Amino acid sequence: MNLQALLLSLRLAAVVSVLLLGISLPLAAWLVFGRWRGRFLLEALVALPLVLPPTVLGFYLLVLMGPRTPFGRLCQALFGHGLAFTFEGLVVGSLLYSLPFAVQPLVSAFRGVDRALLDASFVLGASRLRTFRRVILPLSFSGLVTALVLSFAHTLGEFGVVLMVGGNLPGITRTVSIAIYDSAQALDYAAANRLALLLLLLSFTALSVVYAVNRRVWSPWSPR
Amino acid sequence: MKSPTHRQSAAATQLLTPFRCHSLQRRTLFLRLGAACLSFFLAAGAASPAAITVAAAADLKFALQDMAAQYEKQTGNTVSVTYGSSGNFYAQIQNGAPFDLFFSADLDYPRQFEAAGLAESGTLYQYGVGRLVLWVPANSPVDVARRGWDALRDPAIRKIAIANPTHAPYGRAAVAALKSAGIYDQITAKLVYGENISQAAQFVESGNADAGLLALALALSPHMQQAGKFWSVPAAAHPPLQQAAIMLKSSPNKKAARAFLEFVKSPAGRAILEKHGFSSLAPAAPPAKTP
Repeated sequence: MNLQALLLSLRLAAVVSVLLLGISLPLAAWLVFGRWRGRFLLEALVALPLVLPPTVLGFYLLVLMGPRTPFGRLCQALFGHGLAFTFEGLVVGSLLYSLPFAVQPLVSAFRGVDRALLDASFVLGASRLRTFRRVILPLSFSGLVTALVLSFAHTLGEFGVVLMVGGNLPGITRTVSIAIYDSAQALDYAAANRLALLLLLLSFTALSVVYAVNRRVWSPWSPR
Repeated sequence: MKSPTHRQSAAATQLLTPFRCHSLQRRTLFLRLGAACLSFFLAAGAASPAAITVAAAADLKFALQDMAAQYEKQTGNTVSVTYGSSGNFYAQIQNGAPFDLFFSADLDYPRQFEAAGLAESGTLYQYGVGRLVLWVPANSPVDVARRGWDALRDPAIRKIAIANPTHAPYGRAAVAALKSAGIYDQITAKLVYGENISQAAQFVESGNADAGLLALALALSPHMQQAGKFWSVPAAAHPPLQQAAIMLKSSPNKKAARAFLEFVKSPAGRAILEKHGFSSLAPAAPPAKTP
């Protein structure tokens, strides 16, 4: 069993899902409660990774991370090395790739909050931030869990982007999905099967958690 | 006199008739459309110019492009080529991928097909010997032509791209060459692995890696010649990259596939391969140990 690849994938997924939650909370809040009329454009932009093949993202990332772009040179200056073939590079790629999986559950959760409660909160003198913290967030708990778990699971299963910008380095960029691919290529079907089965079970568990939370299976009242 | 139920049912039939008629017409329409489509596809399938599909190692990208273009002009048959790593194709073909011909970047995979009865016996053809080059982008400060292996020790070379040695013959050759040059242990930390030799080239060409051990056949392509410079790795540094093609038993177009293979063997085909960096004869030199 390729434990190193599994641990790397788990680490990547953990880092990415936590970072994504931090990015997605304000982004989703702005998408739902903002006032700019062109928000739909940003919404479409966020959803792009859902429909684009990973090769598109991987290709642009590879070019972008190279030394010929300003971004590539900036990374060179900041980290002292390029982003391609590094763990940081995978994090950047995964942030983009899994973004819709974190933003969309939050957006639908925020949309579901009763506006009357927000008005009540404002009338009682709470600021926008306080309303967000004390009214919107608690009411969006299941959306939060969904965002966290889905972005975690999606990053865990990422393949195309990692293949294109990773460089297959053991312990650094050889994630579970790449290790499975390598095993299958080398005709080591037994090893591929072990990892693939494990990934399948992990993903199933993650999705079960999401659906359980959304159905309030663990809620003491009103199981639906 | 008929019972009311009868009358009702008769009325119902009358009521339904137009619909039934309608659905019947629709059905015949669909049938006709289906028959038309079927005959169209059958006709397309039986059309005289044959189309063959070739699975080819990524280093053949440019050579086979030329080859297929000339062959198509001569015969009117079409050749569509899928490029990838030989190991990848090996696994795919074992699992029934519908290719006519397989151009490997080594000799082992085609031989294994022959042994396993997956290939037409007697069709194995060694089309050339691949060479490895050390390639750097044109703007690299490192003079690879002068320094050779030593260039890889340069601090400016931080990432070296090679093909994945677990399933790409060029990757195995690269590792063997680095080991025979005695610098493998010093530069392992710099290595990054492309899925096949093309992806390794893409890593260096895009500037994400600083150097790469690539196929001469790729380095000789017009674009790569412009984008970089290279040093030819001595042929004795690694076991010769003897490359062979073979016709698959499952090939649906054996006649056309055989004809393409004959074209590859012809003087015109040989010339194209030579031009793209595949020498015709295996170098006699045995795989070198440490120099």
